[in-house]
Amino acid sequence: MSQKMSGGQALIKSLEMEGVDVIFGLPGGAILPVYDPIIDSPIRHILVRHEQGAGHMAEGYAHATGRPGVAMVTSGPAATNVVTPLCDAYMDSVPLVMITGQVPLAALGTDAFQECDTTGITIPVTKHNFLVTDAQDIPRIVREAFHIATTGRPGPVLIDVPKDIVDPKNPRSDMDWYWPESVDLPGYRPQVDPDPQLLRAAAELIVAAERPVIYAGGGILKARAAEALKDLAELCGIHVVTTLMARGAFPDDHELALGMPGMHGNYTAVTSMQQSDLLIALGSRFDDRVTGKVGGFAPGAKVIHVDIDPAELGKVRRPDVGIAGDVRLAIEGILRELHDLGGATAQPDRTAWRQQISGWQEKHPLTYQQSEPGELLKPQFVLETLRDNTPDDTIVASGVGQHQMWTSQYWKFNHPYTWVNSGGLGTMGFSVPAAIGAKVGRPDRMVWAVDGDGCFQMTAQELVTAASERIPVKIAILNNAYLGMVRQWQEMFYEERYSEVYLSPDLPDYKMWAEAMGCVGMRVESPEEVLPAIEKANAIDDRPVVIEFRTDAREKVYPMVPAGATNSEIIVDPSQGEGGR
Amino acid sequence: MRGGKHHILSVLVENRPGVLTRIAGLFARRGFNIYSLAVAPTDDERFSRITMVVDVQSAPLEQMVRQLDKLVNVIEITELAPDDAVARELLLVTVEARPDVRGQIIELVDVFEGRILNVGWDELMVSLEGDPTKLDDFEALLRPYGIVSLQRTGRVALPRITRRVPLTDVSAGADAESAEAEAS
Ligand SMILES: Cc1ncc(C[n+]2csc(CCOP(=O)(O)OP(=O)(O)O)c2C)c(N)n1
Ligand SMILES: [Mg+2]
Repeated sequence: MSQKMSGGQALIKSLEMEGVDVIFGLPGGAILPVYDPIIDSPIRHILVRHEQGAGHMAEGYAHATGRPGVAMVTSGPAATNVVTPLCDAYMDSVPLVMITGQVPLAALGTDAFQECDTTGITIPVTKHNFLVTDAQDIPRIVREAFHIATTGRPGPVLIDVPKDIVDPKNPRSDMDWYWPESVDLPGYRPQVDPDPQLLRAAAELIVAAERPVIYAGGGILKARAAEALKDLAELCGIHVVTTLMARGAFPDDHELALGMPGMHGNYTAVTSMQQSDLLIALGSRFDDRVTGKVGGFAPGAKVIHVDIDPAELGKVRRPDVGIAGDVRLAIEGILRELHDLGGATAQPDRTAWRQQISGWQEKHPLTYQQSEPGELLKPQFVLETLRDNTPDDTIVASGVGQHQMWTSQYWKFNHPYTWVNSGGLGTMGFSVPAAIGAKVGRPDRMVWAVDGDGCFQMTAQELVTAASERIPVKIAILNNAYLGMVRQWQEMFYEERYSEVYLSPDLPDYKMWAEAMGCVGMRVESPEEVLPAIEKANAIDDRPVVIEFRTDAREKVYPMVPAGATNSEIIVDPSQGEGGR
Repeated sequence: MRGGKHHILSVLVENRPGVLTRIAGLFARRGFNIYSLAVAPTDDERFSRITMVVDVQSAPLEQMVRQLDKLVNVIEITELAPDDAVARELLLVTVEARPDVRGQIIELVDVFEGRILNVGWDELMVSLEGDPTKLDDFEALLRPYGIVSLQRTGRVALPRITRRVPLTDVSAGADAESAEAEAS
């Protein structure tokens, strides 16, 4: 059984043992010895054009598949290039294993060429990280890294690998192969099983509530709890809001779906939470973009809060019933208790509440004015057309800005794992690489990225990766010639003083740029061209497609809760008059 | 401890490089304050014990404990309530002690059961071990003489031994009670 090999071979073999099918990465001096055995490995390697792209691709892969994304880069500048995706994955609890090269052990701490304190830099943006100091530890550390990344509250784990312990030319790299049967981490024991007494207490609060709302967060998707969530909502007839991270966790076409809450949430989602007497927070974390001013958030609501991370319970809002544990197990447990209390018949009559909700929905639907002839496209119109002319299970990635909020608002997410976005960190440039990663993980699905012109310019080079690897993603750029979200804040809160937000509609020429990168490029300027362009893009399956839609820069995202205001101060579309109650 | 502001956490961690950085970094980035810190390996060299006195006015204790508990290298956290813990700290001080006041200082050292470690013509170096409030008092009494330099270690603490006496064993109970009286 004992087989001699180098640390580099052991690293690749360990990834194979973990079932890794693809690595996103880019080699360099310190990681060279690990790249050599890749040639002989069945693992596919996708050569990115910038390491940030590798990290976001791994994230997109993880979002779409639920499996951990893997990326590998060299030391120094490559390691610093992946700090953004690590932080992004940390904020959004995305399972990721990042491997970085490092200078040889003996050179550590000497300011050697391309040395960087990678583990030091990444402590705050990883769930855990490792500096390998002995080749013999490699299989154990890889096993532990995947275990930590994928269990409990998922997150990114980094393994920093000094060159000498992976380089077959160095005796330090000699190791006897083994594969650990199990992991032994005495300080890592995620609390998975919820406390039965608390489940009972939660069920009792639910049957006593007259105006309950389920506040579903990204944890539902991480715990693969979408089915359980639907069972709970349907048994009790309780409406569900899905946060930006939870879009798709509950079908938007369900009669109990309220859509997205928060700063740019729809009126009904925001207001029903505000007016509720019970918030059932499932895998959500009372993020400031959801709560608005915390002191004024859902003032009359009791709170049930389920989270795999006990530190989230009471961090922002003190729950009446706080349950640490896996959210799927918790929902299933609450369902058992509810059945024990009489099931659907035990629910109070909530007709008045339901009527109030449908009243809000009628009075304040999402709305926008269609463009007049000769005006630029309305971004919402583009999104509606795209939504209605792509398969129901299309995976949609987005960048960060107005286009992201409109996509989340206007798309109908009817399936889990169809929405790939950067929520907690809000990383411009996320969508192109994330869409590529998603398509690699789910080649059977159509994958669209909806991007902003500003975002696109941050990571567009990864379309070269996609073209050369024949990964047929489709990109819709909503080109409003502005850093639109910032422009919106300047218009609304800085007296229309537009400081450094103008980008120009035709510099760069997006169509030519797309073509230069090996993609099909299109430009769409009028409403009649929108559908034909989308249909043409949908029919292309051998290379990436970029459609640039020229959109109206004056368009703003509504509703909006201004930063620092309470959710009761929601501003609706001007056509609906005054917001608030 | 004064005002209930300070709580003692006894944290068992893996004895690996960088563990202290992880803990210090966590406290810094979440705005938790550490008042004092003592770290040393335990009898099992795979583990170290960190005794930290934290300022719960900077953040709720529950948040500190739960965030700390997420660190993979942190194995166990015990909160030592002041009443249920025995805490000790060591103080080294060099104090001005000209011959005319030297006798007074030596008297103070005697009362506090400290030790004189080093004597010069006009200075004395003293060590005192004990409960932190006792050290505070001693420090306050020495100050008027002129403190040249002073170093305290930060607290170490262990849970107080249970006072429950097994009902069946009366004689052992008597021993335990007298031992307790001494310890307080
Ligand atoms: C890396 C990064 N830098 C800056 C920001 C701040 N920011 C948020 S949205 C935005 C504008 C995005 O512009 P664009 O991609 O054109 O999208 P739009 O809002 O116009 O739809 C900016 C600059 C950010 N989120 N990320
Ligand atoms: Mg823009």
